[in-house]
Amino acid sequence: MSAVPATPRTASAETAAAETATAGATAGTAAVTAASTPSGPSLSLLLTPPQARTGWRVVPARVGAMCIVELQKLRHDRSELYTRAVQPALWLLIYGETFTRLHAIPTGGTPYLDFLAPGIIAQSAMFIAIFYGIMIIWERDAGVLTKLLVTPTPRAALITGKAFAAGVKATIQAVVVVVIAALLGVGLTWNPLKLIAVAVVVVLGGAFFSCLSMTIAGIVLTRDRLMGIGQAITMPLFFSSSALYPVSVMPGWLQAISKCNPLSYQVDALRGLLLGTPAHLWTDFGVLAGAALLGILAASSLLGRLAK
Amino acid sequence: MTTELDPATGTEPTEDQAAAVRCTGLEYAFGDTKAVDNLDLTVRTGETFGLLGPNGAGKTTAIRAITTLLPVPVGMIQVFGTDVARNKMDVRRLLGYVPQQLSADAGLTGRENVSLFARVYDVPRREREARVSEALEAVALSGDAHKLAATYSGGMVRRLELAQALVSAPRLLILDEPTIGLDPIARTSVWERITEIKNATGMTVLVTTHYMDEAEQYCDRVALMHKGRVRALGSPEQLKAGLRDSFTAPTLEDVFRHYAGSGFQGADGQSDGEDFRDVRRTRNTANRVR
Repeated sequence: MSAVPATPRTASAETAAAETATAGATAGTAAVTAASTPSGPSLSLLLTPPQARTGWRVVPARVGAMCIVELQKLRHDRSELYTRAVQPALWLLIYGETFTRLHAIPTGGTPYLDFLAPGIIAQSAMFIAIFYGIMIIWERDAGVLTKLLVTPTPRAALITGKAFAAGVKATIQAVVVVVIAALLGVGLTWNPLKLIAVAVVVVLGGAFFSCLSMTIAGIVLTRDRLMGIGQAITMPLFFSSSALYPVSVMPGWLQAISKCNPLSYQVDALRGLLLGTPAHLWTDFGVLAGAALLGILAASSLLGRLAK
Repeated sequence: MTTELDPATGTEPTEDQAAAVRCTGLEYAFGDTKAVDNLDLTVRTGETFGLLGPNGAGKTTAIRAITTLLPVPVGMIQVFGTDVARNKMDVRRLLGYVPQQLSADAGLTGRENVSLFARVYDVPRREREARVSEALEAVALSGDAHKLAATYSGGMVRRLELAQALVSAPRLLILDEPTIGLDPIARTSVWERITEIKNATGMTVLVTTHYMDEAEQYCDRVALMHKGRVRALGSPEQLKAGLRDSFTAPTLEDVFRHYAGSGFQGADGQSDGEDFRDVRRTRNTANRVR
């Protein structure tokens, strides 16, 4: 991206058609200082375009902007955080406690509730991210997306920003589930480095699933269709992962699907980090990062369809 | 009118440099429907230019092409001499855009809404707070900046969107139906702010509107579009003068009717080009600002 020079503009420099341009407003600084509306407020800063970021600095800046917006929204309205905590709490409390007593699922000596907790963290993060496609369609209809697409933000940077914003929201949700799990007596690690790695895993997973959703949004273009597809894919993604049971107990065909499902890698990494069970952390991180990257590319390439 | 020298070169600006927007032979079709048909249009630097026309005339398509939202398949668009098709990012830095829909984020405060745009336009952190405050002050929203945009009236939301567009110091402000659905007092308030800011900053304003009284009162020049082409172009006075043979005291609305007809579907059976989503969007916007 080439930078546009940030040169101060004078009132007179742009008023070739306006006969009223002030003859004296030719020297940049003087004109800038004098600029104000008749009712008073100074507009001196609004005459100088900001210096454009270029190169690699664009994407982190846009990602930061989108993540801040997500946090600001959550600060104003936490109701979504509370209502979204109900379902994971029920999974852990009812499903987890019951199956812990049944001893029906082989977990290699790990209490079933402990085994289940990382899966529920991954599930609740996915449920948040998978509806970002609906959000982007809503933003299209409300004009928010249109306005963002007219800013100097490459489409890939805009999608990356949305994807990481979904990751931030998913991480906050994950914190809530971790607290619930801890209250139910799940033996989780409190090693800060491992918890940071957990956050990275949740962010990458959130980024992938939000991009999957935004990609589908770019194909189906309407909220109604996307809601149907969203509901149709979330449960198969959940049940074909290792969130509820180990991959080893699945039938062969489901094991094959599970190997293609990024949620399985997310759950594997979360179990390894939070419970210390054997995990393939490098593979898990690699698959999640690769899936997020592919998702960003796919969603970015289809974003233009939403803009039309 | 005085001709000013280019401050960078000290020479008289070329025709392209003096034009804020120059569309040449622009064409755009949705399937078989030609929304914009060989459009030639020039918006002069520093003027308030109104793009008028009935529903489906091609105004919004032209605006979307100028704002880089749509590709330019045929023809050329330049914004301050920069080719829109080749230098999208450079052009976007020159634009402030307020779409027809109420596009402020209801879940954020007024200040946060403007800050978001300061961030995406790379306003440095040390300057951001002051610049955002200035933009909010320019649209008289300083006192309500801490409130959620969800609590704003329609007129306040429009002013907030104006502040979002202003925070990057655009050279060209593009407004798509900025006063649709607003009551007369709010409409006047929005236009007063636009005019004040334009006069103070010298920016160029390109606006689409259905309100002929607004075009007459606030636009230096207007173009009347119909079926994708410009049918009439000039100052409101010039356009009205052209109808003096048929009317004793023609209004801009008479000019509109003269060139656009009744505005209903034509006798040739052609659609007016506006689809269901466009109508719904317009009505939703009008309903939301009430």
